[in-house]
Amino acid sequence: MSRLLQWLFGRLPIGWLQLTHSRTRFAAAIAGVAFANVLVFVQLGIMNSMATATLKPYEFFTADIMISASDANSMTEGGNVARQWLFQAQADPEVTLGTGIFVGNTSWPRPTKTLGLTSFGIDPTLPDFLSPVLKPKLATLQLKDSAILDMATRGLPRDEAAAIRPQTPASFEVTGKTVTLYDTFQGGGGFGGDGYMIMSDQTFLSLFPARRSAAPDHILLKVTPGADPDEVAGRLRELISDKSLRIRSYAQAKAEDLSYQQTKRPTGIIFGFGVIIGVLVGIVIVYQVLSTDVADHLSEYATFKAMGYPQKFFLGIVFEEALILAVFGFVPGVLVGTGLLAGMKKATNLPLAMTWEMAVIVLIGTLVACSLSGAIATRRLAAADPADLF
Amino acid sequence: MSDNHPINVRGLNHWFGTGEARKQAIFDVDLTVARGSLTVLMGPSGSGKTTVLTLMGCLRDVQDGSICLLGHELMGAGNTLNEALRRRLGFIFQAHNLHGSLTAMQNVQMGLQVHRLNDPEAERQAARHALSLVGLADRMDYLPGNLSGGQKQRVAVARALVGNPDIVFADEPTAALDKESGLNVVAMLKKLGEQRGTTTVMVTHDNRILELADRIVTLEDGRIVSDTSPVRD
Repeated sequence: MSRLLQWLFGRLPIGWLQLTHSRTRFAAAIAGVAFANVLVFVQLGIMNSMATATLKPYEFFTADIMISASDANSMTEGGNVARQWLFQAQADPEVTLGTGIFVGNTSWPRPTKTLGLTSFGIDPTLPDFLSPVLKPKLATLQLKDSAILDMATRGLPRDEAAAIRPQTPASFEVTGKTVTLYDTFQGGGGFGGDGYMIMSDQTFLSLFPARRSAAPDHILLKVTPGADPDEVAGRLRELISDKSLRIRSYAQAKAEDLSYQQTKRPTGIIFGFGVIIGVLVGIVIVYQVLSTDVADHLSEYATFKAMGYPQKFFLGIVFEEALILAVFGFVPGVLVGTGLLAGMKKATNLPLAMTWEMAVIVLIGTLVACSLSGAIATRRLAAADPADLF
Repeated sequence: MSDNHPINVRGLNHWFGTGEARKQAIFDVDLTVARGSLTVLMGPSGSGKTTVLTLMGCLRDVQDGSICLLGHELMGAGNTLNEALRRRLGFIFQAHNLHGSLTAMQNVQMGLQVHRLNDPEAERQAARHALSLVGLADRMDYLPGNLSGGQKQRVAVARALVGNPDIVFADEPTAALDKESGLNVVAMLKKLGEQRGTTTVMVTHDNRILELADRIVTLEDGRIVSDTSPVRD
C-alpha cells in the first residue's frame, strides 16, 4: 500500500504512514467513517424505498394524463373527481380514451394479523389502461366479486400467495361481502399498506357501498400517438371549468407525488434529515481525527516547514489522510449498509436495497465530506511555526 | 561578496511582543560569516543566540536591520523566497524533531524530497549513504521510537546534510550525544566545510567542540560581546 501511494503521489505517503502508525486510532477513525456511511446508507435506502413504494401503484396503469382532486397529493389519497370531467376531457381532439379508477383501503383479517390492502377498482373492458403485466389477468376481474392480489403483500406467507390461482382461489369477507382472489401480481408493500388488490369497478363499488360510480378517485386519459401530454393537459385545464382539479401528465403526477412524499410528508423530511445528520456526523468524525492528527504532528510539520516544504505539501498530507479515511471507511460502510438494508427488507418487505447509484453517491459524498473536514483541519497547520523549534 | 560570505548581518534589531509588553531581544548585531567556516554562537541562556540563528535561517521575519543570506535580502522577503532559501539550508535541532511515523531512512529522504528530484531510488541511495556516514547503516528501517537519543540526533544530522545544504544551522547538535559521537558530528560538519564549502553556524554550550570552531561569537543581552578565532597549533 505504501509503495502504491508513493507511486501515486510521487513522494513518501506521509499521511498513510501517520494514520497507520497508530493502528488502534486508525481502526477507530475508519469505524467512525464507516458508521457515518451506514447512517447515510440506511436513510438513503429508506428514502429510495419510499420513492419505489410511492411510484409502485403508477406502474399498474398506463396513461398519458391524470385528473385528480385538488387535495390528491398521491395516487392513494385525496377526494373524488366528478366523472363528467372525463366526458368533457374527451371533447379534446387529441384525447382518445378515458377511464376512472377507484381507490380504497380493504382489510383482510388473518389469524395473526389483519392485512391492509390498497385496492383499485378499474374498468375491466378497457385493457389499454393496464400495464402489460396485468393485462393478461383482466379476464379474471370480469367475474363478479373477484380480485387479484399483490403476491408480495407483507404478512402473507409466500407459499400461500403462490397457491392463489384460478383453480385454487382464496376468499375473504369485506363489509359482509365475499371477495374471491383468483390470481396474483407482483406489487410490494409500501409505507401506507401491506399490499395491493385490483378488482373491477363494479366489485369495488359493491365493497364500498358509500362510493358512487360517478365519482372515481382519478381519471386517466390516453392521447393520440405523438401528441404531447403536457400540452394536452394544458388545454384541458382551460377547457374544464372546475379549476380546482389537478390536470397533469401522468409523468408529472408521478414526479409531483414523489416530491410530495420526500419533501412535504414527515417521513420524507425525517429521512432527509437523517441523511444530512449522517453526513454531518461523518464530517465531525473525520475533522476530529484529522485535527487531532495535525495537532499531534505540529512539531514535525514545523520541521518540514523549516526544511522549505511549501504550504501545499502540508495540505496534500491532510487531504491524503482525508481521502484514505474516506475510502477505507466506505468499504466496511457499504458492506454493513448492504447487510442492514437486506435485513430490514426481510423484516418489513419494503423495497429496501443497496443500489450502485447509492453506493457511488455515498462514496462521492464521503470523499467530499472528508475533503471538507480536511480543509477545516488544515487551519490548525498555521500553528506550526518553525521558529518555535529552537 | 555573497559567494565568500553567505551570511551578512547588519544593524540587526529584533523585538518580541507588542505594545507595552514589547521587549527588545537583539541590539544592533553585525555579523559576517565566511563560506565553509564553522562558527559557534555562545552565550548564556536568553542572550539572543537562538533568535539570531532563527533570523538568519529565514524562520523569523526580519524587523529591523539587514540580513543578506546567500545573496538575498531577508528584510521584507516573502514566503516564496523564504521557502526557496530554506531548501538551501540544513537545520539540526536540539530536539531532533524526527517524524515518528517515518523510519530513519524515510526521515532522511525527507531532506531530499524537498528538492523534488523525482527519483526515489536515487533518494534512497543518498539516504543510505548519509545514514552510513553517521554510523547508522544498521538502523535504517528503525522508527525513531526504537532509536536511542543519540541515534535520533544522528538521523537528524543525516537529514540536514543529505541535501548538500549551503549552510547548516545547528542548535545544540551534540547535546544528546556522547563525547566521541559529538566530536564526530562536528568533525563531519567541519570536513563538509573544507570539502564542499558548507558553512555551519552552531549554537552550543559544549566546550568540547570549541577547539574545532573557526570562530566563536559570544552574545550577552542581545549584543555581540566577543568575536574570536581560536588559535590552533
